[in-house]
Parts: sequence; C-alpha cells; structure tokens
Amino acid sequence: MSGPSTYEPKYAAAKWMDQRLPIIRMGADFMTFPSPRNLNYWYTFGGILALCLVVQIISGVILAMHYVADVDKAFASVQRIRRDVPFGWLLQSMHAVGASMFFLAVYMHMFRGLYYGSYKAPREVIWILGCAIYLVMMATAFLGYTLPWGQMSFWGATVITGFFSAVPIVGESLQQWLLGGYAVDNATLQRFFALHYLLPFVIAALVGLHVWALHHVGQNNPIGISEKTKEDTLAFHPFYTVKDAFAIAVFLVIFAIFLFYLPDALGHADNYIEADAMKTPPHIVPEWYFLPFYAILRAVPDKLAGILLMIGAIAVLFVLPWLDTHKVRSMRFRPVARWFFLIFIVMCFILGWCGAGTPDNVAIKLGSKMVDGVKVDSGITFYRLSQISTIYYFAYFLIILPVLGLIEKPIKRPDSITKAVLGDGKRGAALAPAE
Amino acid sequence: MAFKTPKKLVIGAIIAVTSVGGMAFAAGGGVMGDYKMKHPDWSFNGAFGTYDRAAAQRGYQVYREVCAACHSLKYVAFRHLGDEGAPFYLEDFPNPSDNPYVKNFAADWSVEDIDSETGDIIERTGIPADYFPPIFPNDAAARASNGGSLPPDLSSMVKARSNGADYLYNLLTAYDSPKPAGLEITPGLHWNPVMEGGKIAMANPLSDELVTYEPTEMMDYGELKLVDPPVATVEQMASDLTQFLAWTADPKLEQRKSIGLMTIIYLLILSVLLFFSYKRVWRNVEH
Amino acid sequence: MSESSTMPADTDVEDSSKRDFIFLATGATAAAGVAAVGWPLVAQMGKAADTLAAGSIEIDLTKIAQGQQLKMLWRGKPVFVRHRTAAEIEKAAAADPADLKDPQTDEERLTPDTSGNLRPEFLVMVGVCTHFGCVPVGEAGEFDGWYCPCHASHYDTSGRIRKGPAPKNMAIPPYSFVTDSVIKVG
Repeated sequence: MSGPSTYEPKYAAAKWMDQRLPIIRMGADFMTFPSPRNLNYWYTFGGILALCLVVQIISGVILAMHYVADVDKAFASVQRIRRDVPFGWLLQSMHAVGASMFFLAVYMHMFRGLYYGSYKAPREVIWILGCAIYLVMMATAFLGYTLPWGQMSFWGATVITGFFSAVPIVGESLQQWLLGGYAVDNATLQRFFALHYLLPFVIAALVGLHVWALHHVGQNNPIGISEKTKEDTLAFHPFYTVKDAFAIAVFLVIFAIFLFYLPDALGHADNYIEADAMKTPPHIVPEWYFLPFYAILRAVPDKLAGILLMIGAIAVLFVLPWLDTHKVRSMRFRPVARWFFLIFIVMCFILGWCGAGTPDNVAIKLGSKMVDGVKVDSGITFYRLSQISTIYYFAYFLIILPVLGLIEKPIKRPDSITKAVLGDGKRGAALAPAE
Repeated sequence: MAFKTPKKLVIGAIIAVTSVGGMAFAAGGGVMGDYKMKHPDWSFNGAFGTYDRAAAQRGYQVYREVCAACHSLKYVAFRHLGDEGAPFYLEDFPNPSDNPYVKNFAADWSVEDIDSETGDIIERTGIPADYFPPIFPNDAAARASNGGSLPPDLSSMVKARSNGADYLYNLLTAYDSPKPAGLEITPGLHWNPVMEGGKIAMANPLSDELVTYEPTEMMDYGELKLVDPPVATVEQMASDLTQFLAWTADPKLEQRKSIGLMTIIYLLILSVLLFFSYKRVWRNVEH
Repeated sequence: MSESSTMPADTDVEDSSKRDFIFLATGATAAAGVAAVGWPLVAQMGKAADTLAAGSIEIDLTKIAQGQQLKMLWRGKPVFVRHRTAAEIEKAAAADPADLKDPQTDEERLTPDTSGNLRPEFLVMVGVCTHFGCVPVGEAGEFDGWYCPCHASHYDTSGRIRKGPAPKNMAIPPYSFVTDSVIKVG
C-alpha cells in the first residue's frame, strides 16, 4: 500500500520543484512503491502491456504521417508504406503484429487476474477500469483494421457496424449514422481514422487511472493475502523493474519472431486485396483476438439475441467482482474453483476455434453417415460446440462462481506473504535485504 | 526455483502463440476433385530463405510476355526491379534508376502522360520512376475484354491468397488434371481444381516453350557469366513466375529476415543479461 | 549505484565488481537497443523511394521566344528557363563579381551544351528566393532581373542577389543539354 512518501529532495533545485510540482516525488514514490515479494511472472504482463501501448502509439503516429484516409488512396498508401517509405515495411508490420501481441498480453493479464482473484475488494475499480481498457482496445483494433482498406477491412466494418442494425426500430438509422452513408464508404473511413487516432490516448488515460487505483490499494499477489508487515514487501525498483525488464525481453523475442518471420501468420490473406463493395470474400473471419466473441455471436440463430449475448459476454466481466463472492482471493487455495477455471480457459480456446471454423462443419468427428449416397462425417459441429462452450462461459460467471462462493471450502492458507515465502522455518536472515 | 517459473512462462507463451496461430491457419480453402496440391521447396521459404535471382528474372520475362496481356502490376515501379533484394539488383548501381536493366525494361513499356504544353494525353516511353502501366484503361474495359471477368492486379497476389506461392504455382500447372465427373463448366469458364468451385475465367495461359528463355547474365566472382536457361516447361515457367510475383508481393523479404536475425540475436543476449541482473538483484532475497 | 544500499551487507569487493559489470553490460546493451530502434523511427521521415525517383524533366528550348520565361515544376519547386535578350546578357556580364554579395560571374551560372559551348541566352535556375523561399517576380526590381515581393530582394538578369535581405544568388539546378535544343533538369 502507498504509505507516506519517503522522498526527500537532495538538491535545492529539486526542493524548489517539489514545492511547486511534486513530479520528481511522484516518480520516486513510484520506484520505491512497496510491492509484495511473492509476485510471479504472471505479474509481469502489466509492464509488458505498457510497452505494447507505447509501441502501438509510436508506430501508429508514424504510420499516420504516411497513410491517406481516402477510399481511392488508402490501399495504395499502405502499399507505398510497405514498398517505398524508409523502414515503412517494418513499422507497418510492427503496428499490425503489435496489435496481436497487445491482445495476447492482455489476455494473459486478464487470466492472471481471474485466477488470483485480483478483481475482489478492494480492487473492484482496478478491475472495472481494466475491463474498460479492454473494451476500448477492441474498438481501437476494429477501427484500425478498417484502415488498410483491404477486403477484410471493408467486410469486417460492414459486418460489425451491422450489429447496430439489430437494435429494434432505430437500428438501421443508427447504423447509417455510424457509417455516414448507406454503406461503408469514404465518410466511414475518415471517421474511423479520426477515432482510431483518438482512442489510444483514451486508453492511455484509462491506464493512468488503472495504475493510480493500483497504487492506492496495493497489488494483489499469488496467495491473495494482503501485505501485513514491511517484510512482506520489496521496493518496486530494482526488484520488479529488473524482473519486468527480463519478461519484456522474452516477450519481445516472441514479438520479433512474428514480426520478422511470420508477419502475415496472424492476419488474413484477403486483406491484401483492395476493398470491393461488389464481392464478399468466401470466409469472413475476424482477427484471432475476436474469434471467441464471434463464436458466441453465432451460437444463437437470432441476430439480436446473438449480439446481446456477445455484449453480455463482455458486460459480465464488469460485474464479476459481485458475482464471485468467495472470501478467498487466490484460486491457489480454492481446490474446486481452480478446476472450473481451468475448464473455463479451455472453453475460451474452444470458442476461438469455433469462431475460426465454419458453423456447419464437423469439429469433432464421431463417425460417418450416408447422405444421398455420399459418405459424410458426422459428429459435433462447430455450431453445437460453440453453443456448449458459450453456455459454459456464462455459467462460469453467473452460476459456478456465485455458488462456489457460498459452498466451497478453501484449503489452509498461510498467515502472511512472509510465512508463505519462508514456510514455517524461520530463515529470517535471508528474508530482508540489509537496510 | 527461479528457473522454473520463467520456463513455465515461456512454455505457456509458446502454447498460447501456437494455438492462436493454429486458429488463424485453420481457415483455408480446399481443392476440388482428386487434385493433390504440390508444395515446391521455394528458395524464399524458411528463416534464411532468399529469392532465386535467375528464376525471378525469368519470371519477369514470363510476366512481360504472357501475364501482362491482361494483368496489371500497378503498385510496382520499374525502379523497384533494381532495388536491393530485387531480381535485377546490381551492386554497382545503388540508385535503381541508374540500373541498366531497369532503364531498358522501363523503355520497353509505353506510359500514358500529359503533354505539358498542349495538355493532351500522350504515350511516351517509360522511365524508371514510372509504375507498371495499367493494361486496360479502367475496370469496365477490363471486364469487357475478358468476358465479364476482371483480371486481378498481381502486385500482391502471392500474399493475397493463403499460402500464395503454392497456390499460384498449382493454379498455373493444374489445368490438365482430371475433372470430376458431373462438374458442369459454364461456357466461358475453365476447369481448375485450385480455384474455389473448380472454375476459373482465365484460360490456361501457359504451354511448353511458350517463352524463349535467354541465358541469364550472372556476376560470378567479378566475372560476367552467361548461365544456360532451363527448358521452358509449364512447370518451369510457373515456378519462375512465382518467384517473381513472390518478390513483387514482398520486396523487403530479404531485408526483413536479415534485420530479424540480428534483432533476435540481440534480444536473446539482452534476455540473458537481464536474467543474470535479475539473479543478482534477487540474490539472497526469498520470494 | 543506488541499489547497492538494498544489497546484503556481506558483499565482498570482488563480488560487487562482478555485479557492477553485469548491471553495466545490461544497461549498455539495453541503451544500444533503444538507439538502434530510434534509427528507423527517425529515418522514416526522410525522402521515400518514390520521392527520390520522381526525377527529371525535359524542356524544349525552341518553344521559348526571346525575352520570355518558362516556369516548370521540378521537385516541387519552380524552375525558370529564361531566353535572355542581348541587353540582359550584356547587363549580366557587365557586373563586377567583386561588388556582389555572393560573387559569381554570369558564365559560372551557365552549363555548356553538347558541343561544349556556353549558351548565355538561356538562363536556367531554381526560381526560389534564397531569403525565405518565395517565388520572385520576373522583369522587375532595380536591376531589371527578378524581384521578390515578400521581403524586397532584388536580383539581376543573371539571378544574382544585388539588394535586399536574401543572402545568396538564386540556385542553378543540375541540368544538361540532351540535344542542342533540349535540356534535362535533374
């Protein structure tokens, strides 16, 4: 937790500044912030995400210097960036792959929060701010995907803005207001560009609040037991700066492998074809990070219900702090909940798989049957599979966690972080860095 | 103990990344009939792969003499042919506009321009700065000349199809494969198992010896040598053209891979150093 | 290093030098990486390949009557090609370079044609005032050459600065004679 500031200005100039704008104090307090000593590598994704945001903003501002938001020139301007702008190929790839890396890290961060109960009191606001960041990230990614003006850009924008047409009565007017026309066209592209440039700064502001709230209540930790004594904590710097830096370097290796050797693996070939309002690509698939929600959307055969379900899948995250009522934070001490959590993760992956598949195709082959004299596979279709996993997704939040909150008996927990680290033996000498 | 956790993290990350990648790959089109996709071992595949210059040069010839009857290459400029990593790059000409191949190829095409004095639309010979000119004045004209179908621009074709190099090669070499019984081909369309639905508007564009390959000039230890060309079979031309169009789609491939290698080596060194720094900082600190 | 205060006290001298080396090496490597990343971020604002290649223009001199000036855009700037009258050439040659702000003879501002002769009747220059980049007006000013209306710079019939705030003569672009009557700028 943030105690009183220990910063003392050493120089007259620093003291002068401190009395007027305590910005150095803020930085110093940030560096000495007492963090639980038992944070594991799952806790490095916060730092990784901060880096992702910086990479996206820098590369994005640069791309905006070369990009032309005009339906006749957008695709060509991206081609020019890739072919003629010095290092344009690198920066364009970095921005596109970076979006995927951002989502990869955000999902890790969220799964970590779910497992260790980081959304529970007093961290509800941190969690809600995080969900808001995630929501704005999704909007930003969708808007950005429209800009290269490829086939997937165009049809993705058409389909997603089509969601709004499902709203009763005003739906169509709402969609056309969003598009600024009867269909996705120049007005749409220009407003999407403007908003795509704006939203990252909204994310940055939300991140500021997210971190502020975190520093107000203190970090959660793998055992979910709050810090009690000074022994339970370590200064953020150098202990967690160096740990975060190491994790960031490893993360960047994965980033670089995609950026330099698999730049298109996470994208879709159709986006290298210029948008054509007369021809829809055979398989419209969103970017991988939207696939689970896409599967939920398609899990019901009704337009409005599908959309409500998809919105619900994100909305349920916002109210999670009040759904999981169990008093123990970390699932390390919840032997039942951790199994349901594991299944939840598997179901999220299955949803992603279903989102990529064609609904009527067989996902899990159980045999074959004869239809009109032709042998076809039979088994569980993607459609059925997405229904099963959608049910589990909602059940996890709306039934399993609330019920477990009432009945689950946690296993024995240590008294404090220090006890957890040292066990019962008293190896006190090794515990504290000499002061 | 400290070792265990990063390992788990890395494994977790790899699992996540590969499963995500797997999902992206999962969506792919199938081929028609009994046709089996051929997967040539492209020189530009793999972490260290580069373009086969001689093949890509022949590929340019195939494009010029065959494909360019209908297909444009509008995002490629003549000067691009002489860029670093391009088929006709020469070390002596770092400015591609001075490259003699580039100048000759440019002059081989005529480009539409506006006479600065009269304002009339004129045709002039190309210069290195020009882009490959459109084949048809507009889409409507292109459709009118091609039975209603629009021949796509080939600049990014290899990237615009999943596994594009194999797709293109198979598309060009699969016209003669047996057609499944019962598949009706509408007049004006042609059977091709690689196309979605097995039907394509383009007639088989290649036949053996359609193009006469000239010996390729290659610099060999500072000496200009003539390399005998291969026989211009359909497979050879398809393969050469694929090399050329793989380059037009991804002209920075070689730069990308060499910078990538350096970057990854650097990041690995940095990771190791950071790991040891981490061990030093956390030494004697229980956590 | 500040973190030394948080280190256990049993650190011996050898140990701390080893530690410092690790931290220094890590810091230096990281700093080198940041610098290397900085380069593409800076370089991307430079001239793109298509801009560099958008090269040269050809001008047919026979289309310019004596006493007339042709203006063409080259690399985003106007190029003046003036077919000078005998009086203008004489005036330009008469000026003593020693009296000039940017000493240059008229001949130094010309390029020989295909047979190696100077063609003083054709003056080719970048029509941009060397003060702050406005385009000067022709046949104007106290020296009957060019006059820049922005801040009152007077150029003579050779395009040399004679009066006013501009520091230099108007620039001569790289050009050459393709034939006796056609020049190529750039």
